[in-house]
Amino acid sequence: MRKSVYRYDYRRSIDQDAGAVVRRPVVVVGAGPVGLATAIDLALRDVPVVLVDDADRIGEGSRGICWSKRTLEILDRLGVAERLVARGVTWKLGKVFCGDELLFAFDLLPEEGHKMPAFINLQQFYLEKALVDRALELKNIDLRWSNRIAGLDRLNDGARLTIETPDGRYRLDADWLIAADGARSTIRNLLGLDFAGVTFEDKFLIADVHMAAEFPTERRFWFAPTFHSGQSALMHRQPDDIWRVDLQLGPDADPAAEQEPQRVRARLDKVLAPYGYELEWVSIYTFNCRRLDRFVHDRVIFVGDAAHQVSPFGARGANSGIQDAENLAWKLAAVLKGEGSDALIASYDLERIAAADENIGHSTRSTDFMSPHSSAERRLRDAVLALAPEAEFARRMINSGRLSVPMVYDTPLSTPDEVPFAGAAKLGAPLPDAPLTRADGSATHLVENLGGKFELIHVKSGGGANGGTPHVPDDIALTVIGEDFFDQSGMCAQRFDATPGATYLVRPDQHLCARWRHFDAAAVARARQRALQR
Amino acid sequence: MAKLVTASQFANPDAAYLALVEARRDLSDARAAELDTRLVLILANHVGDLDVLREAIALARDKR
Repeated sequence: MRKSVYRYDYRRSIDQDAGAVVRRPVVVVGAGPVGLATAIDLALRDVPVVLVDDADRIGEGSRGICWSKRTLEILDRLGVAERLVARGVTWKLGKVFCGDELLFAFDLLPEEGHKMPAFINLQQFYLEKALVDRALELKNIDLRWSNRIAGLDRLNDGARLTIETPDGRYRLDADWLIAADGARSTIRNLLGLDFAGVTFEDKFLIADVHMAAEFPTERRFWFAPTFHSGQSALMHRQPDDIWRVDLQLGPDADPAAEQEPQRVRARLDKVLAPYGYELEWVSIYTFNCRRLDRFVHDRVIFVGDAAHQVSPFGARGANSGIQDAENLAWKLAAVLKGEGSDALIASYDLERIAAADENIGHSTRSTDFMSPHSSAERRLRDAVLALAPEAEFARRMINSGRLSVPMVYDTPLSTPDEVPFAGAAKLGAPLPDAPLTRADGSATHLVENLGGKFELIHVKSGGGANGGTPHVPDDIALTVIGEDFFDQSGMCAQRFDATPGATYLVRPDQHLCARWRHFDAAAVARARQRALQR
Repeated sequence: MAKLVTASQFANPDAAYLALVEARRDLSDARAAELDTRLVLILANHVGDLDVLREAIALARDKR
């Protein structure tokens, strides 16, 4: 059913012809968005990666479409975001209807001064194609298509894989094995790990349709729309005149019958008939909210859907997977270089399990609101909807999906503030973006200038005893606001509560881990050690 | 003069809604109706203002 969009040839690798089993520092299983992002991030940190995938193609089909601001910032560091934003549909407005009545609208990015938009919609295969292109540019990535995992043995200090290819099996040892092989993870099954959680009974129909309609570019969600009685509906725009329609069918729907084109058309005609649409893709899905107990199993580490699953409402699946990738990549690179301790890997478990729990919590609450479990719960939900036009408190309780925002980590990697800071910047959170001006007058943004290293951002204090430029060791990159960049809009000062002399230490994943009112070399060194868990 | 507050007062409205949902999870309709009636009495007394109570009744009854 899934059409192939881009095909990649199997090529025999040198590891298949070596006499003994070859050992590689990192093997990533699964070349979806999360596996690709992990491999690229590691490669950019000088870690050689073998990336294997059982397919020989990037397939079409209705998978992830909404990519969040934080994901785009990560992809910008990996070198692909600008082309994706240019290709995608940018949006930030959501509207929620009950019946045909608009209950409220929300704006996901009400402030200016960010390079990346709140969201873009883009078919997942475009994102995968961009990441594959990027991976192929990097010498450190050995991308092997049609390589299927057939066996896994745990070693004391790694894992031994048995890999099936079109011309036979070979074995490959990895110091570290990253399982990015999706919701039906082979690696998870081979380790016999329990993947427990809640399965929701409601079935949903996804239809991607092609039509030249000029609906506004916004997320539209209906409770009990007149065109789909008693259930919910969601509509999103994608590039190429493709629209995603997502219809709740209830627990008793028959998946085979509901996928019949006539049946789908009968549903869609009620709202789309005037636009002369064509069906591009139809599928029925149910969903689970669940996660592994632990993501780190000695030298085998799970990322993305292999580690956790949520409902699609809120765009928390692929986005959280890419955030897993960025959290893990710098830590694993630091451990491989001997800079970080094993406790740093444990912090991946701590931080990303907390994020998964937050996503599962949001996802479960959204689902509970859309699909009440009993008539008593339905009455409560319907009362909220009925009061919503008059009462703001009820509008705030309406939950059609709380859209993905980055996790703020409560983490031992952060150094607690000694003095209070106001503003949007938070310890354990990704840096808020802000517009800046370069010395030559050209415009830029803060976050796009943060590379993959620890970064020290210092606000020039303008002379006096503490007025000199800080001296930092080679493994920390220094950015001075007022020298390298200028904060003409004042947004940077506002978002960071940046008084003259203020100094911020940023993790390699662009999360804030320490800040001070004045530069102190010893304090910076201690905070960096702490962030590396040494 | 309206005294009823309809602006959202919960820092986390999702958590407040969840508490109300979980209170009735696994209850029969009749049991859930009893729960809601008790909740009305408890919260009405907590408000302790007859004008506010009458305004709230009017808002609730106004809905079909």
